[in-house]
Amino acid sequence: MWNHVKSAIAMLVFFTIVTGLAYPALVAGLAQAFFPQQANGSLILRGGKPVGSRLIGQPFSNPKYFWGRLSATAPYPYNAANSSGSNLGPTNPALFAEVEGRIKALREADPGNSAPVPVDLATSSGSGLDPDISPAAAYYQAPRVARARHLSLARVRRLISGHITGRQFGVLGEPRVNVLELNLALDAVH
Amino acid sequence: MTANGYLQIALFLGAVLLLVKPLGAYMANVYEGRVAFVNRFLAPGENLLYRLCGVDPAQEMRWTQYALAMLVFNLFGALAVYALQRLQPDLPLNPQGFGAVSPDSSFNTAVSFATNTNWQGYSGETTMSYLTQMAALTVQNFVSAASGMAVLIALIRGFARQSVETLGNFWVDLTRGTLYVLLPLSLVLALLLVGQGVVQTFSAYKTVPLLQSQKYDTPRLDAAGRPAKDARGNPVMEKTIRKDQLIAVGPAASQIAIKQLGTNGGGFFNANSAHPFENPTPFSDFLEMLALVLIPAALCYTFGHMIDDRRQGWAIFAAMGIMLVALLAPVEHYEQAGNPLLARLGVDQTASTLQSGGNMEGKETRFGVVNSALWATVTTATSNGSVNSMHDSFTPLGGMVPMWEMQLGEIVFGGVGSGLYGMLIFALIAVFVAGLMIGRTPEYLGKKIQAFEMKMAAIVILIPPLLVLVGTAIAVMTAAGRSGVSNPGAHGFAEILYAFSSAAANNGSAFAGISANTPFYNTALGVVMLFGRYWLIVPVLAIAGALAAKKKIPVSAGTLPTHTPLFVVLLIGTVVIVGALAFFPVLALGPIAEYLSMIAGH
Repeated sequence: MWNHVKSAIAMLVFFTIVTGLAYPALVAGLAQAFFPQQANGSLILRGGKPVGSRLIGQPFSNPKYFWGRLSATAPYPYNAANSSGSNLGPTNPALFAEVEGRIKALREADPGNSAPVPVDLATSSGSGLDPDISPAAAYYQAPRVARARHLSLARVRRLISGHITGRQFGVLGEPRVNVLELNLALDAVH
Repeated sequence: MTANGYLQIALFLGAVLLLVKPLGAYMANVYEGRVAFVNRFLAPGENLLYRLCGVDPAQEMRWTQYALAMLVFNLFGALAVYALQRLQPDLPLNPQGFGAVSPDSSFNTAVSFATNTNWQGYSGETTMSYLTQMAALTVQNFVSAASGMAVLIALIRGFARQSVETLGNFWVDLTRGTLYVLLPLSLVLALLLVGQGVVQTFSAYKTVPLLQSQKYDTPRLDAAGRPAKDARGNPVMEKTIRKDQLIAVGPAASQIAIKQLGTNGGGFFNANSAHPFENPTPFSDFLEMLALVLIPAALCYTFGHMIDDRRQGWAIFAAMGIMLVALLAPVEHYEQAGNPLLARLGVDQTASTLQSGGNMEGKETRFGVVNSALWATVTTATSNGSVNSMHDSFTPLGGMVPMWEMQLGEIVFGGVGSGLYGMLIFALIAVFVAGLMIGRTPEYLGKKIQAFEMKMAAIVILIPPLLVLVGTAIAVMTAAGRSGVSNPGAHGFAEILYAFSSAAANNGSAFAGISANTPFYNTALGVVMLFGRYWLIVPVLAIAGALAAKKKIPVSAGTLPTHTPLFVVLLIGTVVIVGALAFFPVLALGPIAEYLSMIAGH
């Protein structure tokens, strides 16, 4: 028994050093050497200053910007220091209230548009930080953004199609539009 | 489902199939000490380690010694995780200045990581310092996985050997599994993940400006720092404007790699692999899903290799693979079909080239329905429990299948080591049932299965349902248990049932709306995790010891062949009947009741 105790403690110390300190440090060293951009949060730089992360969504409610997924992070949406989904069940009245609230806000900002709302635009993401929306959700918002910015609808739709990320290697995942990058591009249009 | 959806699933299954044989053969060689590179270059270091730790690698252990060594090692591992959480404010690598974790949460997390469950009552980025994530949690990710693999290897030796008392040396199996299997695979996977965008840094959280400043309501604080109340006792809210976003980062990639490979599942961030820094792209998603099923699947081949009859390993693999595909189909179907109650509100859930459609609540755009449903199925089939979407928001039946997969006992690939030893126990039950039907003494792999083995096997299959059902019953009967529920009605009951299923099966995923970071749930689930792990491991090792002592009997005309399609069907039937009988009534009260109410329009 005591032999086991001594061996257990010595083994635990060894594995703590190897897998708990040396291994993460080695990965960090290699990551910082070969992938510094990714390893530090995929920050978007403008003039050397960060203006956001390509991977972390930001909240938008102004009609002249594209809006992203709903976010259920606490205590405010898109809190990137406290990721979380809504965890609302499929028959929970709070889910219907959330979806109805988003649809109402979209319709108020764009009264002429009575098309059904793409599902990702009316629901919360799993992380609360989803940087993307579907191309359908972007095109749905194009008329509102065009009007708010006094741009032609064709111009806005061209901007969207230029920002669609296809399936990875043509196969994996879903086509998507990065909301922050699209909005940064909108602000750059003159 | 779309053609692309089928293609993505086929690619995933094909990649698993391709890797089973090479990795399985390599692992068999590792545990048998036959890897030439290791023997030439690494053996001296390995022997030095044994000398320093007071271990004689040549001294083999009886099953009782093997079990004792494993239990003592896991006990000290859990104590270390507890201590590091309690002491983290006084330790380095804590740039956000997090305080000590509460005693009940520390206990729960210590048990959770030592038992390879990796249930998370805490939220990573608001609770754990970088040191705790690395030196406490990452370490257990490795050694709890290696412990499970060691127990499996001991059981396999029980079948492979005859007329001996010993099963191998736990310290040697632990060391080799960690250093030669888990560590190299983790290093490669971690770097691939960083390339896709997973963070790996020791710097403090980053602050970036918001493109559009954010207005939101916060409770106003009075002079004493408490929330101010108005005349009616409601909190007074005030408008706050944020111009910046604080972004949590950290040494995530190194932990995520082993979290997937070791069927651990405890995320670096609260949202687990739904978080864009934990799983940034569809390719990272593919790699992480592959990693979580890779070792459990390959161990089937290791098994066949070590008992010198590869057909037996493939038969077990076939049973697991068929069940996985059969369980995947309903999850994909119901999630893609979406929520009829949302369609009424004017939501478009149809799949097209421009959107994935389906039930997107709690899912990420880049993964859509196909990869979210695939992940949910695979993570609960194996005992991984990491998530890339929130299972609590799945449709009733889409969420029921992952729950049932855990209740089956985590044997559809299951945990590293634990999945296969669990399945081999079911194989013993299957040959026993067959033996009763044809009136012969049951045998498996040339070993007679007698009363002692059957008693132990009965314990192994009866304990998990007992833990789940009794735990759930206690929780729904107490105020402390009911108060954790976040969704009303049948779904709230399902949250509790899911939590106890996950803890008993050492899975770790959750219907995460449940507020489980309370003294009641931290304690109850902690106890269930302990029993769910060690009350199975000890009888499994007892079976291993009893089998090793037996002589092998030659195959005769009366032997039931256990590598045939007939046996695969018998094995699947045994698993499904035991799982369905134990859990159908309780599932009827939760997800099935919710499904009926949903299609009725409520």
